[in-house]
Amino acid sequence: MTKKNCIDVRDVSMSFNGTNVLESITFSVEEGEYLGIIGPNGGGKTTLFKIILGLLSPTNGEVRIYGEPVQRFTNRHLIGYVPQRVISETYFPATVEEIVRSGRTARMGLLKWLSREDRKAVEKAMEITDVTAVRGRLIGHLSGGERQRVFIARALASEPRILILDEPDVGVDVTSQEKFYAFIEDLNSKLGITVLLISHDIDVVAHQVKSVLCLNKRLVCHGSPKKFISEEYMQELYGKKVKFILHGH
Amino acid sequence: MPEIFELEFMRRAFAAGILISVIVPLIGVFLVVRRYSLMADTLAHVSLVGVAAGILTNSHPVVSAVAASTLAAVAIERLRGVKSLFAESVLAIFLSGSLAVAVVIISLARGLNVDLLSYLFGSISTISPVDLYMLAAVFVAVILAITLLYKEFFLVSFDEEFAEAGGVRARNLNLLIVVLAAVTISLSMRIVGILLIGALMVIPVVSAKQFSLSFRNTIFLSIFFSLLSVVSGLTLSYYLDLASGGTIVLVALIIFLLAFIIKKPE
Repeated sequence: MTKKNCIDVRDVSMSFNGTNVLESITFSVEEGEYLGIIGPNGGGKTTLFKIILGLLSPTNGEVRIYGEPVQRFTNRHLIGYVPQRVISETYFPATVEEIVRSGRTARMGLLKWLSREDRKAVEKAMEITDVTAVRGRLIGHLSGGERQRVFIARALASEPRILILDEPDVGVDVTSQEKFYAFIEDLNSKLGITVLLISHDIDVVAHQVKSVLCLNKRLVCHGSPKKFISEEYMQELYGKKVKFILHGH
Repeated sequence: MPEIFELEFMRRAFAAGILISVIVPLIGVFLVVRRYSLMADTLAHVSLVGVAAGILTNSHPVVSAVAASTLAAVAIERLRGVKSLFAESVLAIFLSGSLAVAVVIISLARGLNVDLLSYLFGSISTISPVDLYMLAAVFVAVILAITLLYKEFFLVSFDEEFAEAGGVRARNLNLLIVVLAAVTISLSMRIVGILLIGALMVIPVVSAKQFSLSFRNTIFLSIFFSLLSVVSGLTLSYYLDLASGGTIVLVALIIFLLAFIIKKPE
């Protein structure tokens, strides 16, 4: 059985002040895929995410989510977004539970109060991400790893079918990182959530994801992690010979 | 009945003070948590332009103050999105620029018998029944807006980008909050004064933040501190014959100092 595409990126180009950031990017993401996006700094990874999320309009081309142009896609809650960091995360006087609940806002719609179903989804999101025990604590009082889980819980509160994570492991220690990726893997394999992940950690991408997209303004390669590890692509991506050392997991 | 409530203007002052002390920090909390505290002071200074224009054209100064600060609020929100301008620079331009305009207008209106000080520092004896009715209407509007859109305001205050990714119209909500701030500030100036209203919008919130257990808790605690400041400030100003606005803000400051000293260790 062929799987349905949930994201179609068609000939997307983007430029800021005359400088090209993305050039004719075309690819599709199937439902249930676990896609890692990798590339050098300034390669356009975050810009591509923002275009997929409808936060930026591309200079050229279009993005379709479940077949609909992203700007007209009304079921935005089907996409869960986990940003790299939130500017106010260290000082904002809100509890973990308040922040996870806020992830449900878009799905609930205007002038709606939390229903029993909404509360259940919030509880479930906190349970899955293992933040129930810290639900009453202020977000600023948590460690980097805990905060990251809270942001994933917030994204999961809207019961998304697609999860988009922008370098979620920045500032998280190695042990927490391993647990974190095992958890993302579970979300993908057990709950069937499509995962798109930007990571600067090539090792992680090579081991965790099902397919890889290499981006350096243009699409350098899109395929299995094995294909990506070949020296030829690494050189094209990073501009010099890169020796790739795989750590056994 | 205590002597203080036998006077009609004092009853009006307390009624207006209580309305203000609920809505001012309620709006203020959404400005403070986004590090936008200077917005309150800026809008207050713009109100002065409205007051001056009202005096010059012989119209109701509070109405023209509401108009001026609302227009400025919209302009500031639009300019905040311009990348070549820093958000705080936009506020600084409006703050000092509006003061310059107001001073020029006031100099044009020279010769008129104007008690400008009552607008600058607040004067409870000048609160008219019309002022009180307008304040009551704004009170209802602010309470309704915050209650009905609480979850959206919370989301946008914490993470604007996430809100927009979810399809929540962050720009409209930002605009609504600054317009509500503008109207609230203009109507509160009779009690606390243009130069001091910013303090009432910010200080009780910062005091509450010292003890905050949650966002909701911060809101309720801010309102409590604000009520305490306004009621005790008005009472003290009456019995000690002091300026009402200054006394209210001084009480708020004392509460802040105490909160800061005895705050929970982090």
